[in-house]
Amino acid sequence: MTKVRAPLAAALLLVALASLPFVLAPYPISLAARILAFALLVVSVDVLTGLTGLPSLGQIAYFGVGAYTAGMVGIHVTSNVLVQLVAGAALAAMVALLTGAVAVRTSGIVFLMVTLAIGELTHRLADGLDAVGGSNGLAGIPAITVYPGGEPIILAGYTYWWVLTVFVLGFLLAVLVSRSPLGRAMRGVREAEPRLAAIGQRTYTIKLAAYVFAGAIAGAAGTAWTVQARFVSPGDLAFSVSAIALLSVVLGGAGSLWGPVIGASVVILVRDWVSGYLPGQGELMLGALFVLAVYLLPRGIAGLRPPRRDRPSPAQQEQPAMEVVG
Amino acid sequence: MSLRTHHANDDLLVVENLTLRYGALTAVDDVSLRIASGARHALIGPNGAGKSSFFSMLGGATSPTSGRIVFGGEDIVSHDEVQRARAGLVRTYQHSSLFTGLSVLDNVRIAVERVSGHPLRPWPSRADRRITSAAEEHLAHVGLVDRRDQLVSSLSHGERRQLEVALVLACEPRLVLFDEPTAGMSAAETHRFAELVESLPRAVTTVIVEHDLDVVFRLADRISVLAAGRLIAEGSPEHVKADPVVNEAYLGDSNDREPLFLDTPADVRTAR
Repeated sequence: MTKVRAPLAAALLLVALASLPFVLAPYPISLAARILAFALLVVSVDVLTGLTGLPSLGQIAYFGVGAYTAGMVGIHVTSNVLVQLVAGAALAAMVALLTGAVAVRTSGIVFLMVTLAIGELTHRLADGLDAVGGSNGLAGIPAITVYPGGEPIILAGYTYWWVLTVFVLGFLLAVLVSRSPLGRAMRGVREAEPRLAAIGQRTYTIKLAAYVFAGAIAGAAGTAWTVQARFVSPGDLAFSVSAIALLSVVLGGAGSLWGPVIGASVVILVRDWVSGYLPGQGELMLGALFVLAVYLLPRGIAGLRPPRRDRPSPAQQEQPAMEVVG
Repeated sequence: MSLRTHHANDDLLVVENLTLRYGALTAVDDVSLRIASGARHALIGPNGAGKSSFFSMLGGATSPTSGRIVFGGEDIVSHDEVQRARAGLVRTYQHSSLFTGLSVLDNVRIAVERVSGHPLRPWPSRADRRITSAAEEHLAHVGLVDRRDQLVSSLSHGERRQLEVALVLACEPRLVLFDEPTAGMSAAETHRFAELVESLPRAVTTVIVEHDLDVVFRLADRISVLAAGRLIAEGSPEHVKADPVVNEAYLGDSNDREPLFLDTPADVRTAR
């Protein structure tokens, strides 16, 4: 039953998301675009943290590579957004390959610290590099075009649709990978890494593949971020963004892909919209939300779904062993 | 001292002068043995005999201080666990080490995908159906096919051991190392497990390290006995049972001791 329901629910949700520009004013629409770009970053964190069991604070680095690449390509090369997307995702994947080659040799808390360092280094680099605007950020990014010679897209509704397109593509790609042999091997790393080696699988390869894939997704999210803001600043790569991305994964339920997306929406809505009614208290409310989530939703929003039907009761489990004795 | 009765060509696994030292402690002391292709070999010995160290050197988790391990004609002593598993030498774990958060079917699929050569394919495809049916065959063999969609965390201890066997078989091994497979099992579970091992095809050679001597005498056609790191006896179950050196190693040199090996359960009552 759930097999029929899930795609139907996803299709309805997609229609609802796509029709948002017809019902919302430009400010809420740009907030929605920001949520979608951030949610795709959160998906990339979840691919590592939830699926592969590697808790990461470094995805902001690849998000930053994507965002700055899109901006630089926009200013110096072309306003074509497809070129920006491909360049941003590809460069982010390459940087992820280089940094991941070292990072995935570690695990657990060490991995968390290494990725934190990667994120902070990128943040500092963006802050200090004059070629990308330094601490002033990268301004003057021209409006995007979708095909060569096309009209520049300026209205918030249209940029929102582009961000939605990137989000849906990235999310579907993550779903596809999670259902593939690579996705199963990634879960295998999370559940019992030594066992994977004992059946003859190099876990380093699996972890690096997951890391590069997550880096590409984060890079794509970064290009979408630039499209909706037409401005990138080092502040977008701050540690606090990594922290709330990881918070969104925990809030949504690590390992499920849709849960963290809802988690991301809740986190951004609380920080940027609800906090508008209590000025200056956004961070405090996020903190309170996190504490509540840990107490009330130990398995996240995704854990609210009823447990699997096919699990037997403990009594049923004991029976087969007893029959042999009898 | 010559314990070699097989011809070299028949031997799947040849261990020569294997030694493992931790500082002053010699855990395994110059052990040599040969395991014929298709054999049901058991490794026994009292606590601290060096069984686990020896086992872990065969599996590749520990590197020996000196000695050679030749598997299928190839020196594998410098191979790691992954390379040995790919060569067909696969181990099980004493404490079930399965992918507990995944379904029973997914556990076996991970192994089938590794063997069938596309563990890194990042998209689903039609080939997944063949992988699934191969995994189901392995589950059917160990009697777990009706549990395929359950999470491993919901299985009983005995069922987890059955799954462990399915996972190992899915690796298409030439030799399986069983590390105390019946530890912690009920009598019924042990019986089922022994049946399962007996049902393995002869193309799969098995080496079993086990405390439960009933299981050893039921399953093994050849037994090696380790004591204090040394190989003290080797031969058929009858030969080993009758060997006074083995009895002494297990029970010490006392005169009014209980017999170590009892032929029938009735003897248990008369002996006490």
